[in-house]
Amino acid sequence: MEGRATRVVLVLWVVGVLLFLFIPIATIVVFAFDKSNIQSWPIRAYTLHWFSVAWDDPQVKSALWLSLKAGAAATVLALLLGSAAAFGVHRYRFFGREAVSLVLVLPIALPGIITGLALRSFFTFDGINLSLVTIIIGHTTFCIVVVYNNVIARLRRTSGSLGEASMDLGANGWQTFRYVTLPTLATALISGALLAFALSFDEVIVTTFTAGAQNTLPIWIFGAIRLGQQLPEVNVVVTFVILLTVIPVAIAAKLTGGGGITRSSVRSAADG
Amino acid sequence: MTLVAAPEGRSKKRVARTSAALWRRPWLRATLTLSPPLAWFLVIYLASLIVMLVTAFWTVNPFTNNLQHGLSLANFRALFHAPIPTIIGRTVLMAALVTVADIIIAVPFAYFMARVASPRARNALFVAVLLPLWASYLARVYAWIVILTKDGTLDWATQHLGLGSPNIGYTNTAMWLVFTYIWLPFMIIPVYGALERIPDSFIEASADLGARNVRTLRSVLLPLALPGIVAGSIFTFSLTLGDFITPELIGSGSNTNMIGNVIYDNIGLANNLPFAAALAVVPIVIMTLYLLAARALGAFEAM
Repeated sequence: MEGRATRVVLVLWVVGVLLFLFIPIATIVVFAFDKSNIQSWPIRAYTLHWFSVAWDDPQVKSALWLSLKAGAAATVLALLLGSAAAFGVHRYRFFGREAVSLVLVLPIALPGIITGLALRSFFTFDGINLSLVTIIIGHTTFCIVVVYNNVIARLRRTSGSLGEASMDLGANGWQTFRYVTLPTLATALISGALLAFALSFDEVIVTTFTAGAQNTLPIWIFGAIRLGQQLPEVNVVVTFVILLTVIPVAIAAKLTGGGGITRSSVRSAADG
Repeated sequence: MTLVAAPEGRSKKRVARTSAALWRRPWLRATLTLSPPLAWFLVIYLASLIVMLVTAFWTVNPFTNNLQHGLSLANFRALFHAPIPTIIGRTVLMAALVTVADIIIAVPFAYFMARVASPRARNALFVAVLLPLWASYLARVYAWIVILTKDGTLDWATQHLGLGSPNIGYTNTAMWLVFTYIWLPFMIIPVYGALERIPDSFIEASADLGARNVRTLRSVLLPLALPGIVAGSIFTFSLTLGDFITPELIGSGSNTNMIGNVIYDNIGLANNLPFAAALAVVPIVIMTLYLLAARALGAFEAM
């Protein structure tokens, strides 16, 4: 319906928005190669020096290690709990079924600070010391819904007759699960796991409230920016984090055809 | 056939017997699959929310710094003492302005994606919108410090254009810009979803009935896009209400304080968990009201 002039304006608008979305990210990546330790534009000389400085920094190393451990553990737990919830909600009719989907979405529907503060109050109340375990508990809580969304979306698109056919051919419940259900779910599980890991690896708000004295990588970054220290290293670490979250998400998008990565896919959860 | 490749002998029989037993008892299967995730949410998450609400009624002993369990309304009363009402007002205003800016930026973009772009371009734009959403949140906030700071990228650009230095680093304007940037994808996606679902025939019918483009936009497209806009606004509004990273990194203290970073400061420096819990009730109440209003507008169908 739009005329030529409208089209030109729309195209310019889209280009403008894309620049708005990507210039900041590009800026930070470029600054990772800045030789100067005081950041100012334009950059005078480029170097890879800060990459080796960041790599040799024991604080960065231990923060990275902690983030990887927390991400791996939260991903495994979220994978088990999220797919179990998806199976249960998809397969059975029971009282309070709609409420289940709502509760699972709450940790990402409410502002992260609420989830973080609630968990912090809980740990304080129970006298639980903040540690890697409490970080994992926090991450798992908000990662479950990502796996759940991916798995339940796949279950809805898969016909139940495949499982029935398998049973008719004499397979028992375990065999049907192992040789029929699991293969149809494989890519949904993988993409759910990748997204959960990306979400956990980059998370800072809930982690701030559930981490003790130890730093995850985002907490280290947050602290360094706040104090204005080691900023050249921050540029490098942040570039690394961008890569490590975008790559799994890109793979997950390929596996699910794009639908699975809308971080805010509340709808699929809310339909129950 | 690989179907028979299950474990051998006795264990094979046991597996078969167990699955048969489970098959005959659907309620048992349902309980076994659902209890672990539900237990996690009941025992950890919902319990945490309740403990947080209870904590809001406690106080901190000023001498020992210990938590005193009890039923005191002191923390809720403190919400009405300066500067907290100003901070709540600033946060809500900020959330509203960010939401408006994101709507203005997102609607034409989403319109182009949904109704003008070729399928290939549409997919590319979809990925282009989603990737920043996942690319490290801290990195994107930090990028704006580098851009907005004195002698930053923006200063350089405006000076070359002969506009002088904008000097908006560490102000409310800077926070508004950063929030608008960070949450933009959360607005584009649901608006796109709503616009994409409008059948072409609606627009043709509008034209056949003599409506010009502006009239079609106002009377057909925008009303049908509204649920998507409301859905997006839930995210932009809620995320701004609870954020503490941006006020902490982009803001500069007392003139830029928001609910999120006051809660954060009460966990760290001030060490007053009960007051933080009481303050956290404010965004919960605001979002509950917001969600009820959104449901009345039919936003949940559009997410």
